[in-house]
Amino acid sequence: MPFILILIAIAGAIFAAGRWFGSSYAFFMGYVVLQYIVLGTAWNILGGYTGYVNFGVTAFFAIGAYSTVVLNKLVPAMPLPLMILIGGAMAGLVGLGTGYLTLRLRGVFFSIATLALAVVVQTLITNWDFVGGARGAYVLRPRIAPLIGGEYVQYLFLIMLGLCVIVLATARAIERSALGYGFAAIRDDEGAAEASGVPTLRLKLIATGLSGGFMGMAGAPLPFYVTYLDPASGFNLNYAVNAIAMPLIGGTSSWLGPVVGAILVGGLQEYLRVTISSAVNVLVAGVLMVAFVILAPQGIVGLFQRKKR
Amino acid sequence: MDASLDLLLNALISGLLLGGFYAAVSIGVAISFGLLDVVNIAHPAFILLGSYVAFLGNTVLGIDPILAALIAMPAFYFLGMLAYQVYYVAFERRDDQSIRGLSFFFGLLFITEVALVLVFGVDYRTVQARYIGATINLGLFDLPLRLLVPFLVSMAMVTVLQLFLSRTFIGRAIQAVAQDQLALRLMAANPIKIKRIAFGLSIATASLAGAFLIIIQPVEPSIGREYIGRVFAICVLGGLGSFPGMVIAAMTLGIAESLTATFFGPSWAPAVAFSILLITLAVRPSGILGR
Repeated sequence: MPFILILIAIAGAIFAAGRWFGSSYAFFMGYVVLQYIVLGTAWNILGGYTGYVNFGVTAFFAIGAYSTVVLNKLVPAMPLPLMILIGGAMAGLVGLGTGYLTLRLRGVFFSIATLALAVVVQTLITNWDFVGGARGAYVLRPRIAPLIGGEYVQYLFLIMLGLCVIVLATARAIERSALGYGFAAIRDDEGAAEASGVPTLRLKLIATGLSGGFMGMAGAPLPFYVTYLDPASGFNLNYAVNAIAMPLIGGTSSWLGPVVGAILVGGLQEYLRVTISSAVNVLVAGVLMVAFVILAPQGIVGLFQRKKR
Repeated sequence: MDASLDLLLNALISGLLLGGFYAAVSIGVAISFGLLDVVNIAHPAFILLGSYVAFLGNTVLGIDPILAALIAMPAFYFLGMLAYQVYYVAFERRDDQSIRGLSFFFGLLFITEVALVLVFGVDYRTVQARYIGATINLGLFDLPLRLLVPFLVSMAMVTVLQLFLSRTFIGRAIQAVAQDQLALRLMAANPIKIKRIAFGLSIATASLAGAFLIIIQPVEPSIGREYIGRVFAICVLGGLGSFPGMVIAAMTLGIAESLTATFFGPSWAPAVAFSILLITLAVRPSGILGR
């Protein structure tokens, strides 16, 4: 329990510092890093803990984002947290379905199916006129933040901060529970885990559902952040590459890895976007990811742990 | 009624021809994934690289795109050997293929795509050749040469590779490495060397497949992603490692996509491959002609 209190205290301090600093650029930038902490941790719950690689991050992320577009059209007054819950539930269900069909086979088939899933969800959205099809959809961002006052982006930032707390607390709780040991057993040797009575399929489905659901939740506030969403931007490969690169760079074995990776890579990308160009900043995550998986397979957290011993 | 029959026949023919092209796209993965167990999801990126090499050869030197691809094949072969060497040293030897090996290829896919965007931009590129606009009319149906030429060259390539695998020592060694590495070592053949050669061959086929791609449709850097689902759907449906199964699966997908595009609209075609992939994985994971 104290861990979640510490997280809330840190989150509160970050938000108070942001309010005191008072620059809306800081909130816009901070939102992106927080979003990647959620995405990276969500990916890591399946990828890092059980060893199943999900390349279809954009599918789950965009399901969350587009469910907000739909809900906002149907019930304009619906509060954002409720939209996030619904978007997360939708993405979690899609995760469960994909997992149910492919997780009984070798791991690579799941990875390939998720890659193809991203293309298919994009095809469906592109052909769906209600959410704007290929033309995209506009979402009006309220001018004033509810409850806390000030600019709306501060509200978005606060919501994403709250999601970070929830996702990180969940990830750490999994690591220290029987669930986490089950996941680790699957990652290390699925056959042996199965033979010693670990319910592998059920555990894998829990991981896929949780992971997909959190990705959907990370995507749900996106329409209000960008105010214009079209399939090409909602399904941008950057989201997938970043969500996979950040845990791999930070370290996949603990909840801290994706956080370190997201802050470092997200910060570096923002720095490069401002100083050089936006074309180079997307290359960074890919190059760093390849460099890290070859040279430092345990990530940054792993490097420090090895030094301590 | 007559008009729709005509439409159906033309959709079947162009689907069959498209399937021949898909066979060229998939044969590289049939070698790397099917025989070597290397899950090269970056294969479409190499194909796109092939498209741009053909584009450069065509626009700068003015030669036929397929000829340009044939000239570039040795370079692709060595690129493939290099990629396998890195993969072997960094992942296969450490027995760390699953998460990090897959991410390595995913990273390669992304880096290639962004690099192509930086060099060529996001505009659609096309090539020029005499056969691209022409059509043979056979009364009942049309044969667009734009599809027929890639189809014929692709079938020739698949045949040559099948003969190579079944008739030559190295070809048989490649088939053996899929089954039993230790036995191959006892025959005094180095399995790593054999796998390096095979992976080089698989990337070399991407050069030709890339030229076919830019002959058939205008190319921009992100279309490679659409082919990931197609390629793996074809390889899984065909049964991993079986070339005849792969060709049958490629034609099946080509016809299914062509029918979908004709009767439901082309924007639905990308969803066909995924449906086939999911159904195959759920119902018969060993494919049509699986071992």
